[in-house]
Amino acid sequence: MPRANSRLSLLALQILVGLGGLLAWHLLTTVPVGGKPLLDPFFFSKPLDVLARTYKDFVGGAVWRHLGITLLETVLAFVIGAAGGIVIGFWFARQALVAAVFDPYLKAANALPRVVLAPIFALWFGLGIWSKVALGVTLVFFIVFFNVYQGVKEVSPSVLANARMLGMNDRQLLRHVYMPSAMSWVFSSLHTSVGFALVGAVVGEYLGAAAGLGYRIAQAEGVFDVTGVFSGMLILAIFVIVIDAFVSLAEARLLRWRPRETTATAQG
Amino acid sequence: MRVASVPMPNPEPPAQTALRLEGVSVAFPERSGQIFVAVDGVTLDVGDGEFVAIVGPTGCGKSTLLNIAAGLLRPSAGLCRVAGALVGGVNRQAGYLFQADALMPWKTAIENVAIGLEVRGMPRGQAREEAASWLARVGLSAFHERYPHQLSGGQRKRVGLAQVLILHPKLLLMDEPFGPLDAQTRAIMGALLLDLWSADRKAVMFVTHDLEEAIALADRVVIMSAGPRSTIIGDHTIPLPRPRDITESRHLPGFIETHKAIWQQLKHEVMKAYADAAG
Repeated sequence: MPRANSRLSLLALQILVGLGGLLAWHLLTTVPVGGKPLLDPFFFSKPLDVLARTYKDFVGGAVWRHLGITLLETVLAFVIGAAGGIVIGFWFARQALVAAVFDPYLKAANALPRVVLAPIFALWFGLGIWSKVALGVTLVFFIVFFNVYQGVKEVSPSVLANARMLGMNDRQLLRHVYMPSAMSWVFSSLHTSVGFALVGAVVGEYLGAAAGLGYRIAQAEGVFDVTGVFSGMLILAIFVIVIDAFVSLAEARLLRWRPRETTATAQG
Repeated sequence: MRVASVPMPNPEPPAQTALRLEGVSVAFPERSGQIFVAVDGVTLDVGDGEFVAIVGPTGCGKSTLLNIAAGLLRPSAGLCRVAGALVGGVNRQAGYLFQADALMPWKTAIENVAIGLEVRGMPRGQAREEAASWLARVGLSAFHERYPHQLSGGQRKRVGLAQVLILHPKLLLMDEPFGPLDAQTRAIMGALLLDLWSADRKAVMFVTHDLEEAIALADRVVIMSAGPRSTIIGDHTIPLPRPRDITESRHLPGFIETHKAIWQQLKHEVMKAYADAAG
């Protein structure tokens, strides 16, 4: 645990780096060097313009509907993908033969860059939210699946033997041993899987949609509105930070029993 | 006769035997295709209410015997009876305190202690009450809501002890339970164990590599030879009176002589195991 004053000075340094970056951007795009700025504002916009546009969009309310749609897609993708990953992960972990048979197909499917699925999903599910949800599901599913699989497989043998000696039957082992172990892996990969749900939603919107943050960025890019693109990215970043904060809260509650320092690394 | 290297025909085990191993052997196939015999022809009785300690060099298959008694492992040859009945599957009459941490890390101390009763169908509230009284008995009244990682090694062992004893097993199996603890904590845990054990004497099979601990705790100390093919090579009755104060045991008359007699036998096996490991 860092002390209060070292945390304050860390925060100050972090803010300083941000301000420094913004200042450099501002200077490079506004101060003329030999007649014109080093970075052409047409292609690079200006930080103050981006902030002004973002402020206007929030206050004017133009952005809220798009935020809501992206949020809905993210939540649906996460819930459906996680549910599928948990069910299939448990099934495979308990049935060695099934896991062995499907192993190469799962690996192949996971190796596929999901972006190439976007056009197919757009054809199958239309340009509404479901094609984006589907894209997010293909990303979330594998993260949760691998974590559940690992969580079930990596139950400590002595904890398992102890639980059996205490008289647990198979159903009770599932509930008191396998499930908590698997869920601890799922929860510790929550940041990654929620992040990927969002990536699926935004990429899907970017490639073809009628609403959402990704759609706004694509629209702005289509009319060479670089300020709009940067503003969209800024809104997306704020959105991610807010969601991540909620995930951290959920994680702290769900993994209360865990020692602080260990967090399993998630697979993507 | 309690020791026999050759399995003998034994039609009716006596009724007062809590555990009887008859000519038990355990073999594993090795990767090279050869068969590794861990334990060879072990015959051992543990009487009702008897505290038997098993000592032997590392890797001599002491834990293997416990796993057989627990029903977690099937012997390749021989029989294992608990209270006269053959063990098939997990032995529901036995409680097992493992060497490694075996508490469920996602359950609090009290949840860990109560779970055995809960899975046997006792209502949660009642199981928790019972668990609270057991936590008090092991001196952890103030730690109900702690998770295992928030407890010290000794405290985790106390929770483990309560978790096992709350089910009133007829046979208590302990696999170097205090091995990872420091010397003082071990002595305290040993005293606690004797205290709880003397309240309702269960049969105990206690595996340890610490001879002093074995003598201080047990009624009998059984010596196993160095592996592979380890078997029982000695069986000593401990002449110390009960109740015992474990911290004072080593000053009692008879302790030194017993220790010397057992060590003479054990030393040979320990050296052998050491030589095998080194070279």
